[in-house]
Amino acid sequence: MLTTATGLSAPIQKKQRSVRRIAFSQTLSRWDVKISPYLYISPFFILFAITGLFPLVYTAWVSVHEWNLIGGQGDFVGFDNFAFVLSQPPFWIALRNTFSIFLISAVPQIAFALLIAAVLDRNLRAKTFWRMGVLLPYVVAPVAVTLIFSNMFGDQYGLINNLLGDLGIDPIGWHSDVLPSHIAIATMVNFRWTGYTALILLAAMQAIPRDYYEAAMIDGAGIVRQFFSITIPQLRPTLIFVIVTSTIGGLQIFDEPRLYDSVGQGGASSQWMTITIYLYNLGWGQLNFGRAAAVAWLLFLIIVIVGLLNVAITRSIAKAS
Amino acid sequence: MTVKLSRRSTAAGAIAGAAAFALIASGCASSTDPGAEGGDITLTVATFNDFGYTDELFAQYEAENPGVTIVHNRAATSNDARDNFFTKLGAGSGLADIEAVEVDWFAEMMQYSDKLADLTDPELADRWVDWKTAAATDADGRLVAYGTDIGPEAVCYRADLFEAAGLPTDRDEVAALLEGDWDTYYEVGQQYVDATGQAWFDSAGATYQGVVNQIEFAYEEADGTVIATTNPEVEAAFTSVLEASSTLSANLSQWSDDWFAGLSNGAFATMLCPGWMLGVISGNAPDVTGWDVANVFPGGGGNWGGSYLTVPAQGANIEAATKLAAWLTAPEQQLSAFAAAGTFPSQVEAYESEELRSATNEYFNDAPVGEILIERSQAIGVAPFKSVKYFPINDALQKALTRVDVDASQSIQESWDQFVADVTALG
Repeated sequence: MLTTATGLSAPIQKKQRSVRRIAFSQTLSRWDVKISPYLYISPFFILFAITGLFPLVYTAWVSVHEWNLIGGQGDFVGFDNFAFVLSQPPFWIALRNTFSIFLISAVPQIAFALLIAAVLDRNLRAKTFWRMGVLLPYVVAPVAVTLIFSNMFGDQYGLINNLLGDLGIDPIGWHSDVLPSHIAIATMVNFRWTGYTALILLAAMQAIPRDYYEAAMIDGAGIVRQFFSITIPQLRPTLIFVIVTSTIGGLQIFDEPRLYDSVGQGGASSQWMTITIYLYNLGWGQLNFGRAAAVAWLLFLIIVIVGLLNVAITRSIAKAS
Repeated sequence: MTVKLSRRSTAAGAIAGAAAFALIASGCASSTDPGAEGGDITLTVATFNDFGYTDELFAQYEAENPGVTIVHNRAATSNDARDNFFTKLGAGSGLADIEAVEVDWFAEMMQYSDKLADLTDPELADRWVDWKTAAATDADGRLVAYGTDIGPEAVCYRADLFEAAGLPTDRDEVAALLEGDWDTYYEVGQQYVDATGQAWFDSAGATYQGVVNQIEFAYEEADGTVIATTNPEVEAAFTSVLEASSTLSANLSQWSDDWFAGLSNGAFATMLCPGWMLGVISGNAPDVTGWDVANVFPGGGGNWGGSYLTVPAQGANIEAATKLAAWLTAPEQQLSAFAAAGTFPSQVEAYESEELRSATNEYFNDAPVGEILIERSQAIGVAPFKSVKYFPINDALQKALTRVDVDASQSIQESWDQFVADVTALG
């Protein structure tokens, strides 16, 4: 369309130079068509360049230098900071913890959210009440959540271990053992995010045409069959979105593990030290921003790789079905 | 056409970007001095734990100085306060007008003394004990921090639990019982443990803190060389505390929820008590009646902690903040802080005051805490040398203790080996 317009206007301009004004206003309107859309969406990209791209590039710049929090820039050291971080056992422990906490939280979270959304999608009394209800934990400040939960998960006098003791079960080392600490932190994450995820899924469910369900019902399909044969396939794009965003969030987890004990460094033998806490300890504990920036970039790369993997897997699943 | 388009859009982008930057820049620059026009000013004071600065104390200052409003921010732990302090010191903005600094990371802070206001005041020259002032004076002779308290250590104990175990309960008899070195403390502890099956002290971490504060050069030589991993004294302290802990410790991590619960529920019978700990105990176990304090400390005397007030140079109201800091660290106010939280004064004049000498603490069974802590402060034999790496090294060592004492995830030797690796990684 546009190209034909340009192709027409060019010979006209050559033949009738006297009507230049019309030609110029035509040019203007052509510009309008071509440039305006970019201008309309530019605020996002300009903001992104300032708040997203610039820090990313600047962090890369910091990561190849010696850099003290207060002293500022030091010598250029190339990839020394990366080499140092990768040679440190705590980095790999942090990587393990991050993935472990992420999996323990994300998988049940999405499963539960699906279930809650499916229930909310049905004809309930006081719909809005229930829908607002599931969002309530999300509104509670993470600090408050963590304070309450870390108290509940106390090793010796915590509520949960007391209850277990009453049942005759040995107390669990919620702070001293690796897996229990991950489970405790995942519980806090899920408490906060399940309702939020459920509402996103619910919104997508509401968009599924009701005819499908009516037809299924006439064909004699039960609720469970309807859920797996209609709801889940129809939700696929939303599920991909939820999985990708929860991956990014899960790999950056910080508040909950940081507030899980009084010291906030991820445990005495790094039981629940995540990559962001490792980053924090390097940057604000040891005041070494060069190394912290290297960790930040490594985390960025990990998230990109996992994100791409996510997309590839979900795409191949989509194709297969 | 396409070339033109992209040039145009880059220009637009650049202009919009520049405008946004200008906005941000002006936003930063617009933090003008609110007190400059003689109007009301708000001073923020950032402390941690419990400095004994009550609302009444600040109200008194506000009444005496019309137009001043004080906002008090309290961090839970010294670690939190340190993170916050260095982050914002580096950023160049965001610190409170008065920032409290703990002695363990004081040396780290002194590296950047040029970012703090010079508080030198000839009238205040002799207010503090010498070593307190000397530590706060930088290479250029600027005094950058006013001392608040010091931490002479005594032993706090649960008289009711002592009685149940058949041990003396009177604080003088307890002092006589515990008089001696650390082995005496552990031996008496063993008697208690044998009699009751309960723990003797709260944690290996806290007990180690008492031991290491009696070593003059623990982690660093006077020139700053790190010797933490090779110093036999440190390793001996580490090992002996952990060996004792295997039977005597309540296996609690200090400042954890469990530890705070242990203060009230009798999980342990004694703990090392610097003056400021008195406020921590009475504040967190208000319903317990058995706590008492004995005029004794294993291995002589020791100083644990003690803080300073600084006025960051980035603040908008340096002059007013300096005045408030000077007032807060004056002997009278320090005495009222002592009454509120047991923070023992670092002000010379306060030691002569009848108020301090006659001070008793109702919570601790009316113990003459003033007199006890004065004697405890005189028993301090060593001022531990703390340089730039002290805080991170001590942090790593505390983790090593926790791994054995609380988590039970490593043996003493494994934990020590990891500590050596951690210190090496500090670089």
